[in-house]
Amino acid sequence: MRWLLLKDLQILRRSPLIVGLLVAYPLVIGLLIGFALSGDDGKPRVAFVNEVPAGEGFDLGAGGQQFGAEQARAELCDRVECVDASSREEAERMVRDGEVLGALILPENLLDQLRSLTSLDPEPAKVDVYVNEDDPVKAQLVDDRIQALVTEANLILSERISKQAAEYIDLLIDGGTFQLPFLAQKLRILGLARAGVILEGVRRSLPVDSPARAALDQVIEFAHLAEDNLDFALPLLGAISAPIAVEKTDVSGTSTSLDSFAIAAAATFTLMFVTVLLVAGSLALEREENAFIRITRASVGRGGLLAEKITLGVIASLAVTLLMLIVMTPFGAVGWGRGHLIVLAILAGGAAFAAFGAAIGAAGRDVRASSLLAFMLSLPIALLSLVPSGTVSATLFEVLEVLRALFPFHPSLEAISSGLDAGAGSLWLRLLHLAALLAAYAALARAALRRFA
Amino acid sequence: MAEAEATAGASPVIEVRGLSYSFGERVALRDVSFTAGAGELLAVIGPNGAGKTTLLSILAGIRKPDAGTVRTPAGAVGWVPQQAALYRRLTVEENLRLFARLEGIEDVDAAVEEMLEQTGLADRRGDQVGTLSGGNQQRVNIAIGLLSRPAVLLLDEPSTGLDPRQRARLWEFVHGLAGGGTTVLYTTHHLGEVDRYGDRILVLADGEALFDGTAAELHRAAPESGAADFESAFVAFLRERGH
Repeated sequence: MRWLLLKDLQILRRSPLIVGLLVAYPLVIGLLIGFALSGDDGKPRVAFVNEVPAGEGFDLGAGGQQFGAEQARAELCDRVECVDASSREEAERMVRDGEVLGALILPENLLDQLRSLTSLDPEPAKVDVYVNEDDPVKAQLVDDRIQALVTEANLILSERISKQAAEYIDLLIDGGTFQLPFLAQKLRILGLARAGVILEGVRRSLPVDSPARAALDQVIEFAHLAEDNLDFALPLLGAISAPIAVEKTDVSGTSTSLDSFAIAAAATFTLMFVTVLLVAGSLALEREENAFIRITRASVGRGGLLAEKITLGVIASLAVTLLMLIVMTPFGAVGWGRGHLIVLAILAGGAAFAAFGAAIGAAGRDVRASSLLAFMLSLPIALLSLVPSGTVSATLFEVLEVLRALFPFHPSLEAISSGLDAGAGSLWLRLLHLAALLAAYAALARAALRRFA
Repeated sequence: MAEAEATAGASPVIEVRGLSYSFGERVALRDVSFTAGAGELLAVIGPNGAGKTTLLSILAGIRKPDAGTVRTPAGAVGWVPQQAALYRRLTVEENLRLFARLEGIEDVDAAVEEMLEQTGLADRRGDQVGTLSGGNQQRVNIAIGLLSRPAVLLLDEPSTGLDPRQRARLWEFVHGLAGGGTTVLYTTHHLGEVDRYGDRILVLADGEALFDGTAAELHRAAPESGAADFESAFVAFLRERGH
């Protein structure tokens, strides 16, 4: 078998295009994924234009809290990567050219509109958003991001206004000093509690038979009632500012980080294409070169040839996938503390993909047909394996689950995720799954080789 | 069917008795029997689909017969398929070395050197097979079949695709092998070569062995024995037998 393996490696070495692809592919994919993961911490780029006059702010209340353009920018840039634009025209160009996902413009009258919220004639505040929905996926992403940002902004304002309202209520109950909005004048507020105390004192100073006592009792009772019930309003205001809180419970799946998942997906795609195409093509080449019968007539046999092709696939997949992960390492995307598990996952995935490729090569019988078949089978099944639950009907998802269990992509993806990230679940179960697929596809390939000549 | 006397008196190297083989419903070989002695050149001829390649593949051990027996020297049958079974991206020497190793030959270097010398390809040993002419590729193809120094060599249409000069060199080479004691069985559609180089002829048609003898005997067996050439005599013979 080793002579056949050496022969295949010699043939590979003499195919500069294939060798070039095997080296360039992981380098390019590794660099792209590395830059994508390290560039902006996953935050979308949004252009920011501020037309609000400098120094202006919206006074949120007696606490002296201001909400202005600078604060809006700080809140925004905490959640997205801000790209400052000098004008609406520049922001529009940046969106059109794809430099940014969208643009947020704070119009000149934004603060006036915010101030009107505290008046008797409130006018909803509006911001302008430019987006470039040049494809449906991006459109959905932009819509989701913008909606999330606006929801967050509303929540922040709502929280602050609620907090301010609570301070007003405190002021009404306990009394204190109040700064009149827009006026440089302070008012002293007595407060319901102290008013009650004063009224109690007045009542005690009145003669027992004074007719004013009955009226004063009513006022004292009202002051106590108001004081007690305004206390209940405080937690209510807190609830209104955030009426629905989320408590997440993970009932299924794993807690793989998005970065680990992206690396695992890139590695699995690389593993799949390199291994399946190489093994399918290499096995079909034995027939195309008319060497199959000569080889199997010699000491090798069909089983030996199959084992050699699977070994070839495992060696190539390990080399290419490791190269890709090594390229990603300087970006901080891959931790080699779990290197042995990563290698184990690649070996198992590579072997299962190689057996799958051998089955395709044996069925396809010539290099072109096998390569086409390998591509046409692998890509759609791999993409279908990435469909998350809940995005399609339950029946269709059950079908997809069966499909992805029968194909090495999903277990390889899970195994590599487990190798990369301790939070991605047990590796051993995935290795067992891949071993079962290796045995099944090797048996299929062996059966197909009976009619290979 | 004429019985050849070529192997009479000597122990046959190949002995085939009552060989039958079918591809599903289609009968490829029907009760075929013949023998061949050491150093004999036996040409297997017949129309397309006669069962020639099937016969050779059974003798090579690639297919198992449905019925009948085949006796050949154990492990000493060289087989050269119709189309060159070579790796075009490997050199001549690498191909020979690879197959020598796969066949478990002990002294690989010596076997490779011998074949390079025997085929006259020593000066092309470092050339990739894909860059060789069809004739030279066929020589490498035959050399691989000879690596184990077999007592029997099976050649399936070895001269197909070769020009007349290359064919002449090929037959010169094959004759040299037979002269050295190797039994050579070959199939061909070039009847002139059979007339010129074959010691004996086995005619197959629709899986049946119709004739086993020399070219001169086939001439005489043809109904129009006055036919000017061997090809005309062969065609007349087949027609007379209903093929």
